[in-house]
Amino acid sequence: MPEQAVAGRQLTMAEAVREAIAEEMRRDPTVFLMGEDVAEAGTPFKVLKGLLEEFGPERIMDTPISEPGFTGIGLGAAMTGMRPVVDIMFGDFLFLALDQIANQAAKVHYMSGGTLKAPIVIRTTLGATRRSAAQHSQSLHAIVSHIPGLKVALPSTPYDAKGLMKTAIRDDNPVVIFEDKMMYTVKGSVPDGDYTIPFGQADVKRSGDDITLVATSSMVFVALAAAEMLAKEGISAEVIDPRTTVPLDVRTLVDSAIKTGRAIVIDEGYQSYGVTAEIASVITEGAFYNLDAPVRRMGAMDVPIPFSPALEDLTVPTADRVAGLARELCRKGN
Amino acid sequence: MTAPNGQAWLDMYASMLRIRLFEEQVNDLYTSARMPGLAHLYIGEEAVAVGVCAALRDDDYITSTHRGHGHCLAKGASVDRMFAELLGKEAGYCKGKGGSMHIADQQKGNLGANAIVAGSVGIATGAALSAKKRGTDQVAVCFFGEGALGQGLMYECMNMASLWKLPVVYVCENNLYNEYTHYLETTAGDISQRAASFGIPTHESDGQDVRGVHAAAAEAVRRARAGEGPSFLLFRTYRQKGHHVGDIDRAYYRSKEEERKWAEERDPLKVFGEALVAEGVFDAVAFERVEEEVRTQIAEGVKFALEAPYPQPEEVAMDVYA
Repeated sequence: MPEQAVAGRQLTMAEAVREAIAEEMRRDPTVFLMGEDVAEAGTPFKVLKGLLEEFGPERIMDTPISEPGFTGIGLGAAMTGMRPVVDIMFGDFLFLALDQIANQAAKVHYMSGGTLKAPIVIRTTLGATRRSAAQHSQSLHAIVSHIPGLKVALPSTPYDAKGLMKTAIRDDNPVVIFEDKMMYTVKGSVPDGDYTIPFGQADVKRSGDDITLVATSSMVFVALAAAEMLAKEGISAEVIDPRTTVPLDVRTLVDSAIKTGRAIVIDEGYQSYGVTAEIASVITEGAFYNLDAPVRRMGAMDVPIPFSPALEDLTVPTADRVAGLARELCRKGN
Repeated sequence: MTAPNGQAWLDMYASMLRIRLFEEQVNDLYTSARMPGLAHLYIGEEAVAVGVCAALRDDDYITSTHRGHGHCLAKGASVDRMFAELLGKEAGYCKGKGGSMHIADQQKGNLGANAIVAGSVGIATGAALSAKKRGTDQVAVCFFGEGALGQGLMYECMNMASLWKLPVVYVCENNLYNEYTHYLETTAGDISQRAASFGIPTHESDGQDVRGVHAAAAEAVRRARAGEGPSFLLFRTYRQKGHHVGDIDRAYYRSKEEERKWAEERDPLKVFGEALVAEGVFDAVAFERVEEEVRTQIAEGVKFALEAPYPQPEEVAMDVYA
């Protein structure tokens, strides 16, 4: 069932993330947070506002502007008994820290024959249309999803944001968790008290019979809006959010495609060699003989993200375009 | 820590000899095609690893490099499981999944050798942050070669270590060569000044003198344990062999005369052994006994590793996730 139906308080995405971190820090003294402007500033998006007052500068640590350095330091702390949450302000800055994430954190458990562990959470952002241009707008979850040893989570609702963050902090592996910066003020129901969401468990955000729309993070609302448009035309779309790209809930995606016979994968990462390609491929391999149409991908355009609103909005899938493609696939199948 | 006595010096000598004979055996295994992969030998630099690790407790941390066999052994790794790892055997420290460049030994605080130059500076600094946060008096030592001075990560981490007064000791082994290039071709200015500019106390001395290395390390470790923050130790040493075992023809980057001089006049085992004999700490009998013990250990270790089984195929997909 969609989480919107769960009874509870209305929290914004930012409040849900903050509450998850605060509760985990109260529960476990080894959890701490570090990154640029996380303390007094509470990040530029104010997601962490108030944590410094409760936990103090020893546990909410402002760092220099040194992504590789503080990611590496977080990793060393994780390998020796702590559970750091490392804040990388913009997903684009992951590239600066990739050696520490991909060559170090991802591999330490395997390379050590299973003796060392790296329970580190890297929380960062994704998403365009904020008029931030090419170096502050990318959605780079495919890059880290490609590296064995990392887990990757992408919440699309306040409920998921809280539950996935708690799971990430308690996981014994390095987890990269992406939040859509455009969704921090979106509200949703979040129940009181402690809960976690297991990784590798997709969520059916809307049930349907004619076509499956697999969507991640920012694209879940795009897919839901498309499904609403399609419903008025008599096309019943199922919207599924994998919630984690690693591990991926292949079963739920394939079963839905077998049921509907059609699928579109919508994701804000660059389309080529991206998350849409991997998920489309997995669905095709699992559901091929039940498909009425080719599985289609809708990712971000393969261009550096432009500044001008007139151009930037063209680079990201929209509900109109998702609905248009869905219509086309449903017509062909009939 | 009390000043080492005669027995402690003998132990350090034995530890240096163990590394030397281990590496000679690695060379033999490699050149006789019994060892796969790469081998970066530490021969000529033994005094640094041994002098520094002798100043540490078992629960102190180290991180090491691609040229890491010496650091791992000096921190207490056993010869048999080291050889087993180098040969890719199940009994190795990493079940054969890490190999020569990735030996980690959690029991002895070894957080892993690292095949990315300067790749472990963050890990060592983070282990120091962790020790401070957990309220222990553990110290972390980060071993690296002068080649790592080219990586920006080094300076980011030293900055934070100094800001936060972390119990970490940065140990730079200047063996003169970044792979096949003399460090003066790649390194501007004064090395120690780079650390000093972060407000980190520095020390520079002869890396072939294990007692000098040990004294400097003991002071840096004392400072770190007492909460006085990081130190930077720079030791002048020499890689007697090539960048790796296959680097035989070295004439294009250094002279035979230079190699001869370091091997004959500045060899750390020779320097230390002769000094111990001259001071009467070590007589011929003791020397022979130590050498025999170490040779036996090496021979048994190699035998163990050669006879040990390879990992089972199903092991390939295990340990990707904890």
